[in-house]
Amino acid sequence: MRNKYSVFSLIKNALSYHENWQRAWKDPVPKKEYDAIIIGGGGHGLATAYYLAKKHNMKNIAVVEKGWIGGGNTGRNTTIIRSNYLWDASAGLYDHALKIWEGLSQELNYNVMFSQRGVMNLAHNLQDVRDLKRRTHANRLNGIDAVYLSTEEVKKFCPIINTSPDIRYPVLGGTLQRRAGTARHDAVAWGYARGADAMGVDIIQNCEVKGIKRNGDSVEGIETTKGFIKTKKVGVVAAGHSSVIANMAGLRLPLESKPLQALVSEPVKPIIDTVVMSNAVHAYVSQSDKGELVIGAGTDDYVSYTQKGSHQIVEGTLNAILELYPIFSRMRMLRQWGGIVDICPDASPILSKTSIKGLYFNCGWGTGGFKATPGSGDLFAHTIANDEPHKLNAAFNLNRFVSGDLVDEHGAAAVAH
Amino acid sequence: MFLINCPYCGERDQQEFKAGGEAHIERPKQPTELSDDEWAEYLFMRKNIKGVQFERWNHTHGCRKWFNMVRDTSNDEIKAIYKMGEKPPSQ
Repeated sequence: MRNKYSVFSLIKNALSYHENWQRAWKDPVPKKEYDAIIIGGGGHGLATAYYLAKKHNMKNIAVVEKGWIGGGNTGRNTTIIRSNYLWDASAGLYDHALKIWEGLSQELNYNVMFSQRGVMNLAHNLQDVRDLKRRTHANRLNGIDAVYLSTEEVKKFCPIINTSPDIRYPVLGGTLQRRAGTARHDAVAWGYARGADAMGVDIIQNCEVKGIKRNGDSVEGIETTKGFIKTKKVGVVAAGHSSVIANMAGLRLPLESKPLQALVSEPVKPIIDTVVMSNAVHAYVSQSDKGELVIGAGTDDYVSYTQKGSHQIVEGTLNAILELYPIFSRMRMLRQWGGIVDICPDASPILSKTSIKGLYFNCGWGTGGFKATPGSGDLFAHTIANDEPHKLNAAFNLNRFVSGDLVDEHGAAAVAH
Repeated sequence: MFLINCPYCGERDQQEFKAGGEAHIERPKQPTELSDDEWAEYLFMRKNIKGVQFERWNHTHGCRKWFNMVRDTSNDEIKAIYKMGEKPPSQ
């Protein structure tokens, strides 16, 4: 039985110097067979397992993770959550996730520190202005909150932005989604892991998948560093390594894996109480609860699995940050890191069945998957349990690259991919 | 970030170059006869290898010529560079 977290449990455990907290999840030995196995213990994979157990009553399932849970891109992103996408399919997908975020801490009994501090997107040229206005209208038609702001309104909402007309890329306006914001990335993985574990899901860490066993066109199980595990359903949620797993099953995916960088500054007092993204100059910034500025940079243009990135990418982002926020000119950066993101040609994800029965892929989230974590897990669980996509992820099938019915969010997605 | 030995200009910083993706994807000889599946394979499906990969690069801020590279994507080590039209080195 899992103890509930509450103010009373906090007081009770304080009395014993916090030394007797119950383990949040077990460390099981893999069983011989499961009804379904999720490859990848990041936020999306753990959420998938959680919803499979909760909504589809599949309790004999496992999540296998090469390293430790939440140690991949879940722990490497800039935690921005928003749903202001242009196309109907994307708006449906990302707003579904945003609605789950709004009640997630209560549902999981785990504080994911979801903070609806708003996300502002800046326009720096006439085309940006037109694009952002168009996107604002599209969002509102889809029931997603969005407002267009003038330069003065941008300045009022975030006073530290330099709105002077003589900077290299002047701020001509912006959009604001007030329901958007940030969350604590680790807590999302931990909360879903704890919730899934409580329903009987086995979370198996330090277990790398080495092969996918097929019998003709069906899945029979997976080879791992902890031995062979039998299963008829495998959901792959391996982010940057999706193609590596696909190759094991003899599939090719429309993905390229590239390093995406982020960095944080030394902690300072509260200075920016929202998230500001700027597509044209590729700079986005928010402030963590610890006081660090969290800055997102861009991807390198070559395929690499190194979890590093090129210096000039960071330099370019910081140039833009300094032009827009002169107040940061003497901040020191504390850490920089890279994550491997799997990018689709149309910059939209894949949540889909494949040509192999019982093999499902949830990948292609590219540079912006964190925001979708709860929705992605919910819809992927539906797809695996029913062997059919939910109507919200039907457009994000693998077959769209054959039919040509792409969901092209390049540029339209408010931030460059 | 790494150094690339352009076959025409010599060793230069990687930021002078643009990656052009997987190499040796041949343009279909008879495009009108291709099925949708074959088009998808040609246009979108990629090996995206973790390990030794063959790829195209362009020296955009230099001689602007295209060439091929063999690179280990797990550590960014360049194994070989050869001109367009030349046979890829065997692994």
